Amino acid sequence: MTAEEIKAALETGIPGCAVEVIVNGSPAAQHSLWIDSAHGREAAKFLRDHAELALDYCSNVTGVDWLGAADKPGYLEAVYHLFSIERRLGPVVVRMRTGNRADDVHLPSLTPVWRSAEFQEREVFDLYGIVFDGHPDLRRLLMWEGFVDHPMRKDYVPPPEDDAPGDQAAPDAAQAG
Amino acid sequence: MELNELNDDAHDTGIGGAMDEELQGLKKELSKHGIFTTTFEELYNWGRKNSVWPLTFGLACCAIEMIATTMARYDLARFGAEVFRASPRQADLIIVSGTVTKKMAPQVVRLYNQMPEPKYVIAMGACAISGGPFRDGYNVLKGIDRYIPVDVHIPGCPPRPEALMDAFMALQKKIAAQSLTGESRPRHLRAGEPSEFPVPAHGEHGLEPPLNPEVWNPLKVIQE
Repeated sequence: MTAEEIKAALETGIPGCAVEVIVNGSPAAQHSLWIDSAHGREAAKFLRDHAELALDYCSNVTGVDWLGAADKPGYLEAVYHLFSIERRLGPVVVRMRTGNRADDVHLPSLTPVWRSAEFQEREVFDLYGIVFDGHPDLRRLLMWEGFVDHPMRKDYVPPPEDDAPGDQAAPDAAQAG
Repeated sequence: MELNELNDDAHDTGIGGAMDEELQGLKKELSKHGIFTTTFEELYNWGRKNSVWPLTFGLACCAIEMIATTMARYDLARFGAEVFRASPRQADLIIVSGTVTKKMAPQVVRLYNQMPEPKYVIAMGACAISGGPFRDGYNVLKGIDRYIPVDVHIPGCPPRPEALMDAFMALQKKIAAQSLTGESRPRHLRAGEPSEFPVPAHGEHGLEPPLNPEVWNPLKVIQE
């Protein structure tokens, strides 16, 4: 099935579900499907249980930070790569977007649909700050408890004390010499 | 050698240096006649430097090279360091072999604190000495020498076993040169000097404190 056919199947299968094909212009032509997050869980179940697709395996979950322009908030994106081991097809790339990058960062967790998404959604939560509703154990995975930043966001700035004086060829070191 | 000649030497090298040279000359002369002389200090350091027991501890790919160094091909046992102890209480040397993440750094400092004196540190590889290729990352400590005193730094990514053996021999030379008395005696023989160092805590944005200024002495970069 092509991306357009999957889109049509989703729209007829789930009433009210908005789907958009995001065309990949590169030679790989790996088009992806944007699914509105309100119907995300339903759409995931539909794709998994679809007779022809049978996308029974979620191999990869990652995040993307679409940092907006100065007047726009931008949004965060979760990207799922789905395969069918039964039908030997894939990947089908599914994306969901948050409302903005500040307070509306919730997306439905797809861990109840594909168990393999559990740790990867935790990683996306840790590094991008997307909150997955319905995740069984949403804690930070790589950084420690108590860390407040999301380091893979594009506006993340590492703590300044990391580059302490004397660490590099600082101007005051040149004067001291 | 006449006494006034000795005094002339003393102007250049200091009394101690001249005396040492005299003694070394005497030792050499006696050894030619089959007489072995030594000092308690030399004997003590000779014993210490040939039985440095490292801690079974590795962090990343450098640890693989460290393990290779201990195996039959490179055989670190030739230097008396074949016994890797699984407990810091029984170890003399911690080889920080690999990337120290900020999440791991407190545990590394704690392991060092649990080792009994005299204890030594080899920082192995680019990551352990400076953060290496991950220096600009958010999760990597920019050198373990920010929290514990490092005796030998080895650059390389990863350093070959030969480099680790070279560092080990450098450490042996350092141990052999330590005097047990006097102003230049090492840290573990000074009553007031610390043998434990503060363990950094995980803060909201990074490690707190970001470094221990009493330990961290970076070389000043001087630009013309």
